[in-house]
Amino acid sequence: MTDALLQLKGLTKAYPGVVANKDVSFDIRAGEVHALLGENGAGKSTLVKTIYGLVRPDTGTMTLAGQPYQPGEPRAARTAGVAMVFQHFSLFDALDVAENIALGMEDPPAMNALAGRITEVSAKYGLPLDPSRIVGDLSAGERQRVEIIRCLLQDPRLLIMDEPTSVLTPQEVEILFATLRKLRSEGTAILYISHKLEEIRSLCEHATILRLGQVVGTCDPRQTSARDMAEMMVGSILHVPSRPQAPTGEVVLKLDRLSAPPPRQFGTALRDISIEVRTGEVLGIGGVAGNGQDELLLALSGEIKTEPSMVQFKGAAIGRAAPNARRRLGLLTAPEERMGHAAAPDMSLTENAILTGTIREELSQNGFLRWGKARVFAERVIKSFDVRTPGPGNAARSLSGGNLQKFVIGREILQRPEVLVVNQPTWGVDASAAAAIRQALLDLAANGAAVIVISQDLDELMEISDRFAALNGGRLSPPRPAQGLSVEEIGLMLGGAHDMEVAHVAG
Amino acid sequence: MQVIRLEKRPQPSQVWTWATPLLAVLATMIAGGILFAILGKDPFEAIRTIFWDPLFGEFSSYSRPQLLVKAGPLILIAVGLSLGFRAGIWNIGAEGQYIMGAICAAAVALAAYPSESVLIFPAMIVAGALGGLLWAMIPAILRVRFGTNEILVSLMLVYVAENILAYMALGPLRNPEGMGFPGSRNLSQYPAAANLELLPGTGMHWGVVAALVAVIFGYILLSRHILGFQIRLAGQSPRAAAFSGVNPARLILICLGVAGALAGLAGMFEVAGPAGRISIDFNVGYGFTAIIVAFLGRLHPAGILLAGLLMALTYIGGELAQLTLGLPTAAIQLFQGMLLFFLLAVDVLTNYRIRFARREAA
Repeated sequence: MTDALLQLKGLTKAYPGVVANKDVSFDIRAGEVHALLGENGAGKSTLVKTIYGLVRPDTGTMTLAGQPYQPGEPRAARTAGVAMVFQHFSLFDALDVAENIALGMEDPPAMNALAGRITEVSAKYGLPLDPSRIVGDLSAGERQRVEIIRCLLQDPRLLIMDEPTSVLTPQEVEILFATLRKLRSEGTAILYISHKLEEIRSLCEHATILRLGQVVGTCDPRQTSARDMAEMMVGSILHVPSRPQAPTGEVVLKLDRLSAPPPRQFGTALRDISIEVRTGEVLGIGGVAGNGQDELLLALSGEIKTEPSMVQFKGAAIGRAAPNARRRLGLLTAPEERMGHAAAPDMSLTENAILTGTIREELSQNGFLRWGKARVFAERVIKSFDVRTPGPGNAARSLSGGNLQKFVIGREILQRPEVLVVNQPTWGVDASAAAAIRQALLDLAANGAAVIVISQDLDELMEISDRFAALNGGRLSPPRPAQGLSVEEIGLMLGGAHDMEVAHVAG
Repeated sequence: MQVIRLEKRPQPSQVWTWATPLLAVLATMIAGGILFAILGKDPFEAIRTIFWDPLFGEFSSYSRPQLLVKAGPLILIAVGLSLGFRAGIWNIGAEGQYIMGAICAAAVALAAYPSESVLIFPAMIVAGALGGLLWAMIPAILRVRFGTNEILVSLMLVYVAENILAYMALGPLRNPEGMGFPGSRNLSQYPAAANLELLPGTGMHWGVVAALVAVIFGYILLSRHILGFQIRLAGQSPRAAAFSGVNPARLILICLGVAGALAGLAGMFEVAGPAGRISIDFNVGYGFTAIIVAFLGRLHPAGILLAGLLMALTYIGGELAQLTLGLPTAAIQLFQGMLLFFLLAVDVLTNYRIRFARREAA
């Protein structure tokens, strides 16, 4: 194609043990919003890092406006006219908008002139932003505007946006889209990464779909249904749970209009969550990060106290029960953050076994710790879950993230919970270990426990869940049986279509 | 260009955990020696006077028992403080708790005077511990109920306690046979209440016994008991502690309560023995020095035992140096302060490795 702004040809990038990108080729034309679709781990982020000069491809070439393009670092990419807005902002809270923008520029103009330009650009693209405001006072949407304007001041030819709407309110999304459409009309190319298929359908005219590092398809989102795009993303075959359907037991855990204020600043409030979980089932809870996953786990672990009746275990109201009282009943949890929450970094693995195992493993007697028994328990976790460490005497912080995750999950599973709640159980764990953890969760359910898996990994949830629900803004969608749940419905639930009115969207 | 980089160790170094206090003592000796030299004193003689003479010098038969007399309260208070410090609960007001313990114990004894009952001494022990405990409950409850800062509250309560002490010495507890002089009756001359030397010539009294018992109990608590585990966990990783089920309010009450009770006990043994009476200048700063002792001893009971003896030595040696060399009191206090300063400074070696590296080209 002759009018391509950026051409990618045969880009391959391999990391030890995984090929992140394999022979990726496609074109981005000037004046188009080009969607890059794919699940977590499909290779999207490696690809955009390659384009932005953060990653060097092993093989393959790129051409920008007909010229060979090999950015060695982001500065070179910016000079060539490629700008990127990251999912996580790199701003200093204590500085004002203009100062933050100046920090990101190669040679910033005088502050007055810069403030004038910021005002000018923000007016032109409909992104209201006062250059003298302190960034710490800005909302997430306004912070994103700072990043976007920082990019726009460089007059980019290609703007890369990574999950830009995950932190925005619907109103802010509208403002952002208006800006992007205006940029498009001026000939700027935009590479747009998102999981939200309906957004892509309304914004993009071209989409490239990655799966396992390879381009598996292209389409025109305006002409393609969300279902078709999602199927391309996930592959034609969904990982339908192959295990035998466990007989559904009685309700063991019931959340009844569970609501809780956010436990900390920038947290998410839980709103009116009602669900029943039965013995022998795996309930998968999906959702974009920061939609109440952490808070839900805290409310279940006992770190957030609620009205007693909001959390019921076998009919007993335990909303105010302390963590150890819940453990005694058989409600165990494993939080997402391993270092400093699920485990104490400076303590040994034996001590970390005591952290949650005291009650059920009887690691104390009359208040005195049974070190020998604790060490045996820690060794059992290490052995059963293949935790790579010289021994239980080593500090938790000496373990790699994945190994510590195996330890944390294994510690709870080996305590024979009646209800186990895990948040991001396989985050940062390599594929074979992740499979082992999932199998252990399935075995647990098969033996009659109820398992709640909170995760952002759609494949994982579809592989192991009996029922599936999505968290969005602290609300939980009604659960649906995972089997037979269409890819499109999953996408919509994750994307925040709460009403579940999928009928009129289906193409 | 040579640069020094600090590299975090995968685990805290066992060697440096115990080597840093020795290094700090050494650095204090060097810096103190320089200080004394600037003051025009022979640094070697000054250091010898402080560290050597009290034990083996000319007047050591007098000063040696003082070692235990001074170390006893320091160790007793420091063991209590170390529990809170490990949990991240900063009780800076042990001095006040010490004073209140002494006042309560003395009040019990003076109320019973001149009874010969054997119950008086035990009653004083209970009163002393309770006095310190209740005084420590003020910052504890304010912290738990209203989230006030226990550092400020406990510290300010020291000055309140000092004023109560002055009032008691001049008012309710004043010796009616004291011819109007401030200060209570001398309890060490009241057999039913006296905390006498147990072994003549050693300085060993019941307070020293209590300190040793506290060291042993402190060690067992921290290494074997679930409460000790929770204390360590809360200090290292508050969120993990919450996940584990530690109740922070309970921990605050326990840690401040134990520290207060032990400080009160120290005050009781002091007023019934070495000090003998409630007077305006009864307190000499044990409660503050114990903070240094606690850290110098790595917040570990056995370490505190050694650190308490060392700090007592600098007290006695300091007095000796004042007497024989004319060193000012402030210089001695500075010397003790330096010890904590250097300890905190070299502490970084426990968790970090120093690397000398050439600066890499940018």
